[in-house]
This record gives sequence, structure tokens and C-alpha cells, in this order.
Amino acid sequence: MALLVKHMLGLEQVEREDIETILDTAASLQEISYRPVKKVPTLRGKTQVNLFFEPSTRTRTSFEIAGKRLSADVVNFTASASSLSKGETLADTARNLWAMRPDILVVRHSAAGAPHLLAKLLDTPIINAGDGAHEHPTQALLDMFTVREKKRKLSGLKVVIAGDIAHSRVARSNIYGFSKMGAEVWVVGPPTLIPPGIERMGARVSYRLEEAIPDADVIMMLRIQLERGAGSLFPSLREYAIRFGLNPARMRLCKPDVLVMHPGPINRGVEISPEVADGPYSVILDQVEAGVAVRMALLYLLCAGAEHEDTDQGRT
Amino acid sequence: MSKERKILDSDAVKRAMTRIAHEVVERNKGVESVVLVGIRKGGEPMARRLAQLLTEIEGRPVPRGFMDVTMYRDDIFHQKTHPKVHKTEIDFDIEGKVVVLVDDVLFTGRTIRAAMDALMDFGRPRSIQLAVLVDRGHRELPIRADFVGRNLPTARGDRVKVKFGEGAEEDQVVLIEAEENAAEPAGNEGGK
Repeated sequence: MALLVKHMLGLEQVEREDIETILDTAASLQEISYRPVKKVPTLRGKTQVNLFFEPSTRTRTSFEIAGKRLSADVVNFTASASSLSKGETLADTARNLWAMRPDILVVRHSAAGAPHLLAKLLDTPIINAGDGAHEHPTQALLDMFTVREKKRKLSGLKVVIAGDIAHSRVARSNIYGFSKMGAEVWVVGPPTLIPPGIERMGARVSYRLEEAIPDADVIMMLRIQLERGAGSLFPSLREYAIRFGLNPARMRLCKPDVLVMHPGPINRGVEISPEVADGPYSVILDQVEAGVAVRMALLYLLCAGAEHEDTDQGRT
Repeated sequence: MSKERKILDSDAVKRAMTRIAHEVVERNKGVESVVLVGIRKGGEPMARRLAQLLTEIEGRPVPRGFMDVTMYRDDIFHQKTHPKVHKTEIDFDIEGKVVVLVDDVLFTGRTIRAAMDALMDFGRPRSIQLAVLVDRGHRELPIRADFVGRNLPTARGDRVKVKFGEGAEEDQVVLIEAEENAAEPAGNEGGK
């Protein structure tokens, strides 16, 4: 039952079998959050360090709650409070942290590949909580979990991811994840926000929402990442909202059982109108809830995997 | 070759279950505040069976739930292959109730310890009792069952397989004897 992978760096390298194990385990663990005592003793005595070099509230909080529900000791290490501003390299920061004997590291960094570098340097399981525009595997896992709970399957579904694909690690991880599980993934947005060659990852491309959404089972709206310079790639937010925003008129084109998703934070009135975000198709808050269960599953499975590797070495 | 021996056949399982059901009723003077919690996976079919028998005897439904204790085990990081985590489904309040924990085989007692810890996270029961179909000995903790279908002397390396048949299938309990000089089993998963 342990995973084939030792780290969760991205879904590109993860087998379908592992994704299923994580989603099944998350489904069993979700109930813990509804108990009078929302805690199990599984990771008692384990130290989880959340290493966040980039601002995040929801992902960090979700990882923190997940760790605490498993009784791990959770330590938050954020860039603003760290010695990065004093000129220390990522590798040195990591070695220093490792000397404090963490059992699992959760890493977010603005540079793609940062968690992979740490995985090479350190002998501790690492979870990528978002690296640059590369991958955000736990977001994709919680998205798949949410869809699977609602649709009872992933295979054969049509998933449309719309918005700022170019800057989105969420899009990348979801393309890998949903494709591996047998879903058909479409990406939609203005040509300037769709990276050339994305078809090679297994996604179909469209430049019009009206073309992609009528037979979609899932529509995932992404935020325009203005902080990463997306604003210079289209005329104005108002025009973007008119052409690519998900609004009630466009919802009328959709299947009656379509799911509308958003990884947050949402920009109401830009990529999604308030009526849709709060409407009956929206599963945005289910996604947030799924995040805790999926992260609990991953913390548990990776910590257990690490222990087994140690015992194996002891025996040979 | 390891030897297989049938310990209880379908009729014997039925008689043992009926006796356990009557003992539960007698001990608790009815089933008014009794709830059943089966430990997954082995205790699940037994809890269903026991709930059905109690309902037939007392003429009132007895709440039953199921619990997975993996996350409470003390050997979770010691076993080589670790068990799949199953769902816990207890959709009633256990506060002030008599909880009868149900499992098929009682062996080291570690599963029951984990189950009692887990139960406490759901509320404060008035008491916890334990019903098992087979007590095979070799306790590692000070735990005993209140209701036992059959006491079965075993060697530590033996395995006990309990099957509650569905529909036309037969119930049975089988003892698989360990080979001479066989290594001690690494796990202590209820000896299944």
C-alpha cells in the first residue's frame, strides 16, 4: 500500500496506480474531519516542515490542518521570516533545516524544479506545493478527488481547463493527472495565454469557450496571473471577461450535470461571474474540503514509505 | 505443506452467533442502549450478522457501524506491507451507549486496543464490550473478550481464517497450522 514514488514532485512521473492509491486513501480519511475529535494519532512524533518561499494562505493552511489531523508536529517556515533575504542559497537553507530532522517537507517555490533539487540533496520525503509555473500536484489530486466523488469515475470524462494556461502549474498537473486517469483534457484561452506545444502533453486546444464547453463534464476556470505578467498578453481584463469569462449565458450551453471548478483565489467578474461561482454547478468549496483529505493521504503514505525503505536497508 | 483443519462449520458458526446474541441481550438486560461497531474488515460481516440476530430476538433495530483502525495501530510503521485504509462509518452517537466491539478473531489484542482508542474520539460510551467469534490466545496486552464463540488453542505461527458466507455460501472457521520450525509471522494482523 505504500506508494511507488518516494516524493510527490509532480504528476508527470507518477503512475496511475499511485494516483488511485492516494485518492482511495483520501476517501477513507475524509470522515476524520467530521468527528467530534478531528484527529488520529498516526503521525505522532513526526515533524512536518512547510517550507514556503512564495506567499500562500490556502495551500499552506490546508497542509497544516492535514498534518495536525494526523498528529504530526507542523512547523511553518516562510520566506519573509527566513534567512533568504540575508543571501542564503536554497541548498544551504535546506541543509540547515535537515539538521533539525524533519520527517517530511512540503515545499513551495517560485522557481520550477526547486523541490526536485531538494529531493536530490535531502533524505526526506518531499511534497511539491507548487514550483513556479511547473507543477502543483496536490491541487490536481484534490481536483481529481472532487470530480471522482461527484461523477464516481474519471475515465471517459471531458475536462475543460480555461484561462491563463501559460502561467498555470495547476493546469499542467491537471493535464498530466486527468489524462493518466483516462479523461480527455481541453485547454481554452486566448492564444497568447496558451503555451505552444501543449498538445504534446496530451491536451486538446481551443480558443473559444463556446466550442469546448457544450459537452464538457468538468469546467475548471483559472485566474489570470497578473503578478506573473499575464496582463500584457491581452487588451484588458474587461475584454477578457467578455470573451473568456464563465457567465450564466455560457452556462446555458453546458450539460445539466456539469461541474464548475476553480483552484482559487477567484476573481469575481473576470474569469467567473458571481452567479456561476455561487451557483448550483459550482464545487469550489468541495475542492477546498477535498484538499485536506488528499494531503492527509499523501502525508501518511509518504511517511510510511520512508519508514519501510529504512527497514529494508537495515535488513540487507 | 501446511495443514488445514476446519474448526467450525456453518451450523456451528450459526449456533455460536446465536449464543453470543443471547449473551449480549442477557448481560445488558435488552438492547436499548446497545450499539454494535464492527472492526474492518473481519468484524464487518460478523457485526451485520449479530445486529440481525439481536433485532430478531428483541424485535427492535440495533444501530451498527464499522470502523477501520489502521490509523490507530501501533505497528503501522513496522509492517512491511501496510494495510489499505478503509472507511469508518459510525453514523450514530455513541455518547452514553454500551458499545459492543465486534471482530472475528482475537489474537494479540493490539487491534482491540487501537479500536478502543478510536472509539473514544467519537464520544464517551458508558461501556465497551467485546464480542469475537474465535479467541486464539497469545495476548500481548491485558485485553479479554466478553463474548466468545469458540476458544481455540493455536501456535503463534498458525493462521485462523473466518468466512461469513453471503447468500448460499457456507460459513466456516479454518485453522491453518504453521509448518514445523516456520518463522514467526512479522505482522500481528489479528492472525488472519
